[in-house]
Amino acid sequence: MQLELTKHDDRLVARLIGELDHHAAAEVRERIDNAVLQQRCRRLTLDFSGLTFMDSSGIGLIMGRYRLMHSCGGTLQIENASQRLETVIRLAGLEKLPIWDETERKKTHETCQ
Amino acid sequence: MKPVNETKISFVSRSANEGFARAAVAAFAAQLDPAVDELVDLRTAVSEAVTNAIVHAYPDKLGVITLTVQLFENGCIRVQVRDRGCGIPDVDKAMEPLFTTGGEDRSGLGFSVMESFTDRLRVRSKIGKGTTVTMEKTIAPRVRARA
Repeated sequence: MQLELTKHDDRLVARLIGELDHHAAAEVRERIDNAVLQQRCRRLTLDFSGLTFMDSSGIGLIMGRYRLMHSCGGTLQIENASQRLETVIRLAGLEKLPIWDETERKKTHETCQ
Repeated sequence: MKPVNETKISFVSRSANEGFARAAVAAFAAQLDPAVDELVDLRTAVSEAVTNAIVHAYPDKLGVITLTVQLFENGCIRVQVRDRGCGIPDVDKAMEPLFTTGGEDRSGLGFSVMESFTDRLRVRSKIGKGTTVTMEKTIAPRVRARA
């Protein structure tokens, strides 16, 4: 699993590349949290476009980062979530959290119809 | 029903083996010519079961996890993930969505994902003896283009 961290002003973009499971999540979590706290980022974007696999550890990663950003008055956004990720998101009841890229979701929804 | 093919793999409960376990099951299941989506469902379910064993069955030590994969003539694949760890005190409770004892970065969705991505899920557990998770998924026969 690779992780690319890019900072734009107070926004940190974390692009995940490869397979995200429980094994990979531990290191990813630590690197993202350190960057957010050290660089005082108020906005965090998790970009899932490079993921080739994800299990429920990804949901744990999202929930934990949501709590972290919420606790420091910041926001979290998820970009490029796959259809499969959306299935797991619904299982978790997380679809109502204000963290989803609505334009992307709308596009996906329209493609399905 | 007797399986037409079977494999059994044992490995140590290190988290690095989560990827190995799902890749091994996918490689064996390839004999049934699954669609990409079916294979991803299977890999995800296996990843959840093996992660549960690593995180919960052996919380403070390393133990052995045994993976048995059986293929049946009707296209069914049965995956059994067995550990000799601490066991689950209340299986029904553990299977409730979002229930977790694994700390705040575990989602509590493992069994829900296994249930959603396979056709059948059975969990047997005994305190101090270990847990066996059995999952079945039938791979749809593919319509092949005629030459």
